[in-house]
Amino acid sequence: MNGKPGALNIRVICITIFMIAFTVFARAVETHDTDTSHQPGNKKFNAGRLMIDHIVDAYEWHILDIGKTHVSVPLPVILIYEGKFHVFMSSKFHHGHDSYAGFKIEDAGSRKGKIVRVKEGTMETDVQAGMILDFSITKNVFGIFVSAILLILIFTSVAKAYTRRQGQAPKGLQSFLEPVILFIRDDVARAAIGKKADKFMPYLMTLFFFIFLNNLLGLIPIFPFGANVTGNLAVTGGLALMTFLVTNFSGNKNYWAHIFNTPGVPWWLKFPLPLMPIVEILGMFTKPFVLMVRLFANITAGHLVILGFMSLIFVFSNMQAYLGLAMAPVSVAFGIFMSFLELLVAFIQAYVFTLLSALYFGMAVEEHH
Amino acid sequence: MELIQPGLGLIFWMTLSFLAVFFILRKYAWKPILKMLREREESIDKALHAADQAKLEMEQLKFDNEILLREAKNERDAILNEARKIRDKIFEEARMKANEDAQRIIENARDRIENEKMAAIVELKNQIALLSIEIAEKLIREELSHDKKQEGLIKKMLDEIKSN
Repeated sequence: MNGKPGALNIRVICITIFMIAFTVFARAVETHDTDTSHQPGNKKFNAGRLMIDHIVDAYEWHILDIGKTHVSVPLPVILIYEGKFHVFMSSKFHHGHDSYAGFKIEDAGSRKGKIVRVKEGTMETDVQAGMILDFSITKNVFGIFVSAILLILIFTSVAKAYTRRQGQAPKGLQSFLEPVILFIRDDVARAAIGKKADKFMPYLMTLFFFIFLNNLLGLIPIFPFGANVTGNLAVTGGLALMTFLVTNFSGNKNYWAHIFNTPGVPWWLKFPLPLMPIVEILGMFTKPFVLMVRLFANITAGHLVILGFMSLIFVFSNMQAYLGLAMAPVSVAFGIFMSFLELLVAFIQAYVFTLLSALYFGMAVEEHH
Repeated sequence: MELIQPGLGLIFWMTLSFLAVFFILRKYAWKPILKMLREREESIDKALHAADQAKLEMEQLKFDNEILLREAKNERDAILNEARKIRDKIFEEARMKANEDAQRIIENARDRIENEKMAAIVELKNQIALLSIEIAEKLIREELSHDKKQEGLIKKMLDEIKSN
């Protein structure tokens, strides 16, 4: 946690400088295109919109625009509405311009970007419609599948290398991953949990490599990588939920005693008003909540900063073409710098998430002291 | 708002994929990898332990060798001492015997010489006696060849007897 304070400080400084610069320009752009911003096919560049669009989940995998042509990979939409399955490709929406089978992608309001029901024959949102269960294979789901397949391929082959080269020195990919595996085992699991660490090793290893790989893939801006998986609250929330469940299901007598009858505090903190138990129970939930937010915020912030630097080129070009050209090397240089920082953050965040999970497990299985 | 609205479908697929990855990797990756790592560590431990043991044994062996060497040296010294003593004794005996022999030989020689000397003396005496007699005969014959001289001699001899 306090392993790399220097790197995190640099990060904070960068974000601060960037944010100051960005708010100035963003405001300039905003005022510039208020009248045209809601028209389809708007040519004006909106940096905030671009950044958000790159970070949030989507029903299609947008690759690039050439003129007015969108180049994107359509992904399957799977909906359950009124007990019926609706399965079709996201290309039917024509990048959000059309509705299909009574559904469209909402383009404004609080449900922006989600699939909603339309009124028969129009493009208007049907606010009275029932709930749509959306199990679409979105960009992030696809990204998760890609990384899941990669994880399985990488580690089964490494495991094969271990069985084949039994008792020999590690080689190739195996020797590249072995220090990481040993690091997780010795410096994370065993250091935080102690004797019972081996029981949690499979989960911690999966957790670490899942986050680490997705962090790294998120930095590669080319299909099929680059989905902002770990910078999505649903994903980090899912991971945090699993850590929460594992923690509480492996909690022993001492763990629950610590929550409901905290030792070492005066009795009037527990009775008649159970202050300590309330605090402890809140703590049970704040721990995974913090895990969720930390990973999400770190990865999203990193992506936002890189995207922000890239957007600066276009923001400046919109004012004056040569200004954009002059900005380009600066933005690229900062983008490269940020990417290196992101590589570091990719590891640190995976490490922090795993270490904190291990610490929570350690608390849950700790024997009476 | 889009940024912090978690999608239900995403949570579902995410949980499903993560659990699938977890169970597959647990069975096909983490178990063999961790097992192999543990086994390798154990074998390295064992090897290190064995090396330590071997070193200890080597030291013991060296120690034993030194003792053996020292014993051998002592034994050699003892044997050499013994041999020297025996040699000295043999020398001494030989010397004594030689002395004795020499003494005896000298003794013999002396005896012989004494005998020879005595025999020579006796011989010489005899010879002298014979020669004396011969000389005396010749002398007497010479003396008595002249009557005068015979008379003088008889006279002288008688004088001598008388004076006695």
